[in-house]
Amino acid sequence: MEDRTQLNRNLAQMLKGGVIMDVTTPEQARIAEAAGACAVMALERIPADIRAAGGVSRMSDPKMIKGIQEAVTIPVMAKCRIGHFAEAQILEAIEIDYIDESEVLSPADDIYHIDKRKFKVPFVCGAKDLGEALRRINEGATMIRTKGEPGTGDIIQAVRHMRMMQSEIRRLVSMSEDELYEAAKQLRVPYELVQYVHENGKLPVVNFAAGGVATPADAALMMQLGAEGVFVGSGIFKSGDPAKRAQAIVKAVTNYNNPKILAELSEDLGEAMVGINEQEIELLMAERGK
Amino acid sequence: MRIAILALQGAFEEHKQMLERLGVESVLIRNLHDWHQPFGGLILPGGESTAMMRVMKDEALFEPIRKAIIDGLPVFGTCAGMILLDDQHLGCMDITVKRNAYGRQLGSFQTIYNIKGIGDVPMVFIRAPYIERCGEGVEVLSTLDGHVVAARQQNMLACSFHPELTEDTRIHEYWLSTINGKH
Repeated sequence: MEDRTQLNRNLAQMLKGGVIMDVTTPEQARIAEAAGACAVMALERIPADIRAAGGVSRMSDPKMIKGIQEAVTIPVMAKCRIGHFAEAQILEAIEIDYIDESEVLSPADDIYHIDKRKFKVPFVCGAKDLGEALRRINEGATMIRTKGEPGTGDIIQAVRHMRMMQSEIRRLVSMSEDELYEAAKQLRVPYELVQYVHENGKLPVVNFAAGGVATPADAALMMQLGAEGVFVGSGIFKSGDPAKRAQAIVKAVTNYNNPKILAELSEDLGEAMVGINEQEIELLMAERGK
Repeated sequence: MRIAILALQGAFEEHKQMLERLGVESVLIRNLHDWHQPFGGLILPGGESTAMMRVMKDEALFEPIRKAIIDGLPVFGTCAGMILLDDQHLGCMDITVKRNAYGRQLGSFQTIYNIKGIGDVPMVFIRAPYIERCGEGVEVLSTLDGHVVAARQQNMLACSFHPELTEDTRIHEYWLSTINGKH
């Protein structure tokens, strides 16, 4: 009777139309919850600071994560390194609601991702294209997000990844059934997953946008491109007025198709995070884990 | 008949699909402008109740929704939607709901269990709440392991679980039939 994969996909469905915010302290978690976040991502340093500090970046201190779990009633997520199943086991032991096997941290394995089917807790993974998304789903991920380029405040990579996924999905939908076998081979995924996308025109799990969202307009852009919700990392707590900006991004995700409302809530938000353009960065986190 | 679905955050699309399967037209409510359309019933979906409360207040939807339900608008709340109906939120139903009553995601589960007047139905509980106090006018429809997980009061129906995530349309059909005065 108990089907964890289904229950874990179901939790992601409940997060749809919402904003998941990176927080580093219980205080920030409370601000995020009050602003209307549908979940928080607990981590020691937000991606912009990870980028600035350099060095190896690892799973956060469980004590710090527990502090955030106690501070809020919404789901709490946390990141582990790609392939680091021991970190994932630790996060499962403290009953995290969702694990992000994330390219934001330094990868622990350059070949294998975590066998996520072995876990009872759900996993979300990043993807740049349909093949990556389906490979992660095949490994047991029950939610997908674009990789974008974390900690930059630059939306271009998230747009590129979402557009790529959507166009590849449309391509699969338009294929004749006998072409699907070759498509499965090219994408390096089982036929059944390709067949699902062909028949339903979408991934079998919820798909969020992440990496570089800094403004309500960025969030609306990603939603209009087909995202079902948005992760905001550095964009909120690196800005001038985090509470106000957080609330504005939440409302932008609900009314992403209403320019008049978007105009109102984009007013007077204070300074956005400064950000860095993609040509200026040395480390492309999106290239980690394919 | 047209049914409105509160679409501020959460699994509103799943309710829409459920209604489509039953041949019922629906309209999504994201702001006050959407609210001013004709409809005969309202669904409050699952999602995060704190997020929905925030947007409901910011979009000035809280009072109109509260008033419409108190004035008799048929409403059906699932999971977070049930939380919104209780005495701590919209204050429409005479119930107190315990949030995250089954713990974190590791406590999420599914089962098949009886609902009064409907029979055995699949129930999906996702970080689910249950009703810890029922007022006098509240009719309990299902009690699972000693906790009330479905209840009804006049024009209001609420459940802890997510019928919209299953293939079983009977709870939606039951609610629609109450609007038409058959129950």
